[in-house]
Amino acid sequence: MASINELTERIHADSSEEIVAEYLERITNSRLNAFITVSKESALLQAQEIDAKGHDGPLAGIPIAIKDNISTKGIMTTCASKILTGYIPPYDAHVIEKLKNAGAIIIGKTNMDEFAMGSSTETSFYGPTLNAWDMTRVPGGSSGGSAAAVAGGEAPLSLGSDTGGSVRCPASFCGVVGLKPTYGVISRYGLISYANSLEQIGPFASSVRDVATLFDVIAGHDPRDSTSVKREGNYSPALENDVNGLKIGIPEEYFGEGIDRNVEKSVRDAINTLEELGATSMEVKMPHTKYALSAYYIIAMSEASSNLARFDGMRYGLRTEDHDWHTTFSHVRADGFGDEVKRRILLGTYALSAGYLDKYYLKALKIRTLIKQDFERAFKDADVLIAPTMPYPAFKIGEKIDDPISLYLADVETVPINLAGVPSISLPCGFSGSLPIGMQVIGKHFDEAAILRTAYTFEENTDFHKEGS
Amino acid sequence: MYENPDGVMIGLEVHVQLNKLRTKVFCGCTTDYHNDPPNSHVCPVCLGLPGSLPVINKKAVEAAIKVGLALNCTIEEHTQFYRKNYYYPDLPKGFQITQYDFPISSGGYITIEGEDGEHRVGITRAHMEEDPGRLVHEGTIDKSKYTLIDYNRSGMALLEVVSDPDMRSPKEARRYLDKLRNILEYLDIFDGDLEGALRVDANISIMGGQRAEIKNISSHKGAERALLFEIVRQKNVLRRGGVVVQETRHFDEAREITLSMRSKEEAHDYRYFPEPDLVPLKISGWAPAIKAILPELPDARRLRFVEQYGITDDHAKALTSERKFAIFYEDVAKKVDPKMAAVWVCDVLKGELNYRDLPVEAFNKEHMLSVIYLLMNKKITEDGAVDIIRTLLDKGGTPDEVVKEKGLLKVEDDIVSTAAEEAIKENLQAVADYRAGKEKALNSLVGAVMKKTKGRADARTAREILLDKLG
Ligand SMILES: [Zn+2]
Repeated sequence: MASINELTERIHADSSEEIVAEYLERITNSRLNAFITVSKESALLQAQEIDAKGHDGPLAGIPIAIKDNISTKGIMTTCASKILTGYIPPYDAHVIEKLKNAGAIIIGKTNMDEFAMGSSTETSFYGPTLNAWDMTRVPGGSSGGSAAAVAGGEAPLSLGSDTGGSVRCPASFCGVVGLKPTYGVISRYGLISYANSLEQIGPFASSVRDVATLFDVIAGHDPRDSTSVKREGNYSPALENDVNGLKIGIPEEYFGEGIDRNVEKSVRDAINTLEELGATSMEVKMPHTKYALSAYYIIAMSEASSNLARFDGMRYGLRTEDHDWHTTFSHVRADGFGDEVKRRILLGTYALSAGYLDKYYLKALKIRTLIKQDFERAFKDADVLIAPTMPYPAFKIGEKIDDPISLYLADVETVPINLAGVPSISLPCGFSGSLPIGMQVIGKHFDEAAILRTAYTFEENTDFHKEGS
Repeated sequence: MYENPDGVMIGLEVHVQLNKLRTKVFCGCTTDYHNDPPNSHVCPVCLGLPGSLPVINKKAVEAAIKVGLALNCTIEEHTQFYRKNYYYPDLPKGFQITQYDFPISSGGYITIEGEDGEHRVGITRAHMEEDPGRLVHEGTIDKSKYTLIDYNRSGMALLEVVSDPDMRSPKEARRYLDKLRNILEYLDIFDGDLEGALRVDANISIMGGQRAEIKNISSHKGAERALLFEIVRQKNVLRRGGVVVQETRHFDEAREITLSMRSKEEAHDYRYFPEPDLVPLKISGWAPAIKAILPELPDARRLRFVEQYGITDDHAKALTSERKFAIFYEDVAKKVDPKMAAVWVCDVLKGELNYRDLPVEAFNKEHMLSVIYLLMNKKITEDGAVDIIRTLLDKGGTPDEVVKEKGLLKVEDDIVSTAAEEAIKENLQAVADYRAGKEKALNSLVGAVMKKTKGRADARTAREILLDKLG
């Protein structure tokens, strides 16, 4: 798979238009269903312009795929939901502005779980995306299209969003690298909210270096997002092939019941590899991990029930036959939302209702604080934590979709990170048969440098990221 | 002591639009939309487009703190925004960003002229929120085939001022509203004349019943009418042996009645929870700086006017009850005799303006000064001065023009003297009557003098001269 550097050389030798055309061709011939919308014409136009005028941005002429919950001016943005069919945003998300300034070319919008609610990309109104490693399996989710596009060579780079693992899960299932940054490092302006207090936009690529380059482009303060922090991205210099003296914490709670043996072994082997390279490891206790999943789902669903209230068909998106106001918006929502979205809206509405707020939402916030404290304690001793990203490799399409609880349980390793707001990067660390396994390297708040360096060193000294491609 | 025989308790929730801010509360759109086409001042944020995020307007927070301080409230150390969830087409996000726990200010009061003298109305809290859009119906709401939505108003900064149930009559409620509006205008954050600037929900109960909440009141007069109707209605229900239930009622402004909207059981569950897109705001450091630059408020200005200009408290109260009037008066009082200015601005001009339902801007300050100069130099009579003010209001022009046109220059005293001598000679019967003790006979002599001088004599002067001559 071509890296940013290789592509840049080819763009200088040939042209951006040729590169873009090649990727578009691959998308057209693909069976993965990674894209909802392919912006062929505007991409080629943009490439021609860059070829003609030149561009000195770090991503000049490089194609990128964008998850379909990130607003793109002039390109349909659906969140993979019927309710947003035909919605064309009149504005660009902050990250899209930054990508355009850096010269990147948006080749299309990728498939996802409807409104980012899921871990398999099966709840999309546009049908499931397939896993490039085994087309009978899911690519993970909710940013399944973005991960599959990179894994399938349909885009060198892509953006996803991670509310409870939605970047790391598909990165793990698809054998690519995906980063969930510290909450607040990337502006959420233009990201269609699922659960505002948990989610971050995150980059995908086939290598840690490209993830870091892309991260540098999209990170940074944005006055339009009140939760955005005043820091600028400059993480690439952290990529040194050196973990000498690095203290790795191993949260035993993340290696417990329900973890596939191959997954556990691969991650432990990876830690050994890093130790051989000069790192040390220790066990850390994260005693509140067992409450994370319930707290996560209560917070996420509560916020979602409110965030999704705006979809009433009055101003954009799906509009059913007109009756009076109550009937019309009820019909629009009944027809426009899929089952999983409805389930989460109902549960979230319930959790926020008078008499239940204390019992559920406020209690979940308390657990969130305890989980944050778990991390703070662990990071007193450790520089980074390493754990499996997912408890198992990619599962079969249809295997879990009718059993929401077992699907929710799949997020057990990823959601605590979102509750704590810390950064985590998932990268390939082994195989279970023909299926890739991912591990996550978790860092302190704003210490993306440490996890990028750890991931980079591991990648430089192993070959897992090269296999199968 | 006011008896309050029916045990009336009124509390008001007033939505104040901070319409003098330059931009809306969570986006950069202008607040100056009143003369522009619908939906011409909107953006992804105030349209609630997917992915847009609110950012608090610092000036709006400052204005809210100003109001809190002016209403004698405690300003909280931290303030936080919440979401109030409900579906309505004027609400583009399906929730309103407002405050719930941790409002910006709480626990203050306003002093009003009550039924039995000065009366304090407690302020429970004053919190910030965003205005929804405006619904436009073709014809009346129940007959309209469709509804149009104008989002120009969407996202305007609102301040909801919630009072304690301390008002004991509709009149007190109206005075509270007048006073509140006056304070807001003194703070220069609010123009009460703009459409939708101030909207009122009223809670009212009488002894033996539960409270009703009346929505959709858009004027001070409307509030008084709605409450008067509601007291009669509740009393009638109780008199017939019925029960006044807790409910929400709608004020039909045209018919001046209230109609039941929904009972307590049907009340909304707004599912308030902290707005995740806005971080809690630490404002503890802001209040002292804002307090230092807080403008003089009506009560303080009233005291100062009495002290500085030596005018009566009644005059000072009337003059300060409207900010623009107070400024008008003070500009005039600085250049002429302030007591005289108080009489002419407060007693005469204010009355003439009220009679014509005109704002103070309808009268030129320089003209007021000219009229008072003419009076001070005894060039015109008081009647002449009133005539000038009325003519200027009705027809325009300048005081000099009116004086010339109407021949209002006062005649000299010796001319009045001559006229008086003539009047005495020509009205011997009246003189005899007066001397016989009929005081009223003097009036006909004064009338005769006025007739001879074509009304340009000062009646009081004429009277004095006549008395002098009659011994
Ligand atoms: Zn706006």
